[in-house]
Amino acid sequence: MKTADLLERLAENPAPVKSATGGLAVAIAAGGLVSFAAMLAFFGFRPDLAAAIHTWTYWVKFAYPLLLAVITLRSAERLGRPGARARLGWELLPFAVIAVAALVQWTGAAPPERWELLWGHSHTVCPWRIVALSLPLLAGCLWGMRRLAPTRPMLAGAAAGLFSGAAGAWIYAFACNEYSAVFVAVWYTVGMALVGLLGALIGRWVLRW
Amino acid sequence: MQFKALMLAALAGDAAAYRSLLTALTPHLRAYYAKRLSRRADAEDLVQETLIAIHVKRASYDPSLPFTAWLHAIARYKLIDHLRRSGVRRTLPIEEAEAVVAEENVDAAEAARDVEQLLARLPEKKRALVRDVKIEGLSTAEAAAKTGLSESAVKVNVHRSLRKLAEIVRRRS
Repeated sequence: MKTADLLERLAENPAPVKSATGGLAVAIAAGGLVSFAAMLAFFGFRPDLAAAIHTWTYWVKFAYPLLLAVITLRSAERLGRPGARARLGWELLPFAVIAVAALVQWTGAAPPERWELLWGHSHTVCPWRIVALSLPLLAGCLWGMRRLAPTRPMLAGAAAGLFSGAAGAWIYAFACNEYSAVFVAVWYTVGMALVGLLGALIGRWVLRW
Repeated sequence: MQFKALMLAALAGDAAAYRSLLTALTPHLRAYYAKRLSRRADAEDLVQETLIAIHVKRASYDPSLPFTAWLHAIARYKLIDHLRRSGVRRTLPIEEAEAVVAEENVDAAEAARDVEQLLARLPEKKRALVRDVKIEGLSTAEAAAKTGLSESAVKVNVHRSLRKLAEIVRRRS
């Protein structure tokens, strides 16, 4: 086809464009609802939730993934817009916060108790549960990002994955009754990083255009 | 900025603005790819591919950002994608091609337009001379043969024209 003909056809009837951010938000919200429902169905709220909210470690577990989710969602959206600047910066903040919280708890504990802080009672399942709960979010996020145009699909996929992992971890935190910030710093991070890796691998294929 | 205004109208569904935008962008894209690809047919294919990408991905334009940055990033993505797919090892490895393009002024398309506007300020004969020597890259001798002027007249004319253009730019900024 001649370029001029193509141009005419493209320009024929441009429908008004809806905000791509809106589409992304809806896709993520849908994924989040599925994740939340799955959390309730498979694990349920932790029985001691009412008591736990009075401990500082509960709020660490609440805030760390939430903060990371907010920041990485923003990065993923930026990475989906050609020509927008996307620099690593704020993404490091949540990791700094959790590292400080974990260090405070670790150094404040008596040496024999430290290993219990690290291993908890669920470290063998925790990262995998986070990965599982993140999958609906990852599907929604990647689907929503296909409307954008990431010029670096793998990196954009990694950001989408980190976001999904963080959001999944935040949802899992309603069910998880581990009480230590050290545990969260290690095992939650492992789970979220796995989803980030998965997002990068999938994004490399599905985010190409 | 003209492109951006057209783009915003197009996003709101204005077909006439959209046609003008695509029409205005096409020669810029053609120049961009022609400069970077040896085969003309490839360049034209990429122009078309990029026009389609602009169309399909127009929702990804964020109006708070410069339009040329968006356009340039899309053109570059399509170029790299093409080089990767064709698997041709050109004189530059792909990573370097990316860097070469990235270093370039983001507003290359705008700059080309500015040059045209500037040249329009010169009298016709001098304009043709500057274009031949400074843009098309003819030698002084070739330009002299083409215009029938002596070589030194060509040199003097080009020199004076450039000085005048510099003057215009200085006054503007």
